Amino acid sequence: MLNVGKIEEGFVLDHIKAGQSLSLYHHLQLDTRDCTVAMIMNAKSDKMGKKDILKVECDINDLNLDVLAVIDRNITVNVIKDGEIIQKKELTLPQEIKRVFKCKNPRCITSIEQELPHIFFLSDETKGLYRCKYCEEKFDMRSLERVKIS
Amino acid sequence: MRHLMNPLDFTVEELEKLFDLANDMEKNPDRYANVCHGKKLATCFYEPSTRTRLSFESAMLNLGGSVLGFSSADSSSAAKGESVSDTIRVISCYADICAMRHPKEGAPMVAAERSKIPVINAGDGGHQHPTQTLTDLLTIRSLKGKLGGFTIGLCGDLKFGRTVHSLIEALARYDDVNFIFISPEELKVPDYITQMLKNKNIGYEEVISLDEVIGRLDLLYMTRVQRERFFNEEDYIRLKDFYILTKEKMKAAREDMLVLHPLPRVNEISVEIDDDPRAAYFKQVQYGVYVRMALIYTLLGLEQGGDKAC
Ligand SMILES: [Zn+2]
Repeated sequence: MLNVGKIEEGFVLDHIKAGQSLSLYHHLQLDTRDCTVAMIMNAKSDKMGKKDILKVECDINDLNLDVLAVIDRNITVNVIKDGEIIQKKELTLPQEIKRVFKCKNPRCITSIEQELPHIFFLSDETKGLYRCKYCEEKFDMRSLERVKIS
Repeated sequence: MRHLMNPLDFTVEELEKLFDLANDMEKNPDRYANVCHGKKLATCFYEPSTRTRLSFESAMLNLGGSVLGFSSADSSSAAKGESVSDTIRVISCYADICAMRHPKEGAPMVAAERSKIPVINAGDGGHQHPTQTLTDLLTIRSLKGKLGGFTIGLCGDLKFGRTVHSLIEALARYDDVNFIFISPEELKVPDYITQMLKNKNIGYEEVISLDEVIGRLDLLYMTRVQRERFFNEEDYIRLKDFYILTKEKMKAAREDMLVLHPLPRVNEISVEIDDDPRAAYFKQVQYGVYVRMALIYTLLGLEQGGDKAC
């Protein structure tokens, strides 16, 4: 039986652009985690026509949602604890993104230096652009690959 | 502990102090001849740049210190795959300060993060080359008396030249600097530079030909126009003479206009100009040594008269 019912602890990510939930699943690296995930696709929405919803059962302190804001600032984050919504999180662009995306500048030291954390600083808030700490190239994070979790 | 990664790392006030010190070193070399006695500079050059390396080494020797280092990646442990992080930890045990050049952008910053000694970025790929910019500023300040209150023409390849971009950003911090960009259409300054100038309300003009503006310049900063930057041979042949400074062109320039060039030059400044008192590019090389002396002295914390705990 498909169970998309209530979760005890975790997140309900609402107002995801229809069709985006699968890529979000990968961006949050939920495939590498031991947690239950429910994906609702093409749900009806007054606001958006169609939307996706992602329910993630996990320790709420254990999942870094910084990446969400970078991908889509319109997503609503409901934080669930003991089966109740305890917080609705506003998504804001984080000032710093560490160990999430990989700098793709082939001339950047991060391309050859082992174990160097890939770090980006917010550089253009309106365009949502970030700058690599090392080479200072500007990127839209959505164009970058994820750092793989080992 | 302080490092130098970017030409804008120092505030205008800090640069004033640094340049005052450099000028004092120029005037009183004896007073500084032994101040770095017992100190060692490591020049870690992962790609060869003989002029920059020798300038650093000359600076340290002038201060009575010693130098050690490597001048290409294949003569260093990098060839065996050692990371910059590991190398700098090792170098920290051998030397008191490090000048690092690396083909990868951001490498000196990685070193600075792991280092126990001050690190100077001596050029990281196409990214930054702060000591060149400081050299340019010191040269202008020393020969013109101050930074600001002049019209500077930057001529040649303004699109790909990191040196030029850094110099514009650095000069934009001073009052009353007027820029004239002289380049072929294909090699104009990037938008982010002109946008920055607009935001700061700084005047600039963009022109194709040096002849039409040379008479209005207090400073002329020449750069090389490389053949391979042009889309076609025809344009290159048509335009290349626009950007070669000759005795003839210098006739239209002011008596006190200075000609600067980061060197090495190929043919963009005719050698017949070298004896013209306005040619300042070899003085610029000399100021490069003074500014590196002042930088080494400052980063070693010697102006406080003290040894820093290592
Ligand atoms: Zn980078």
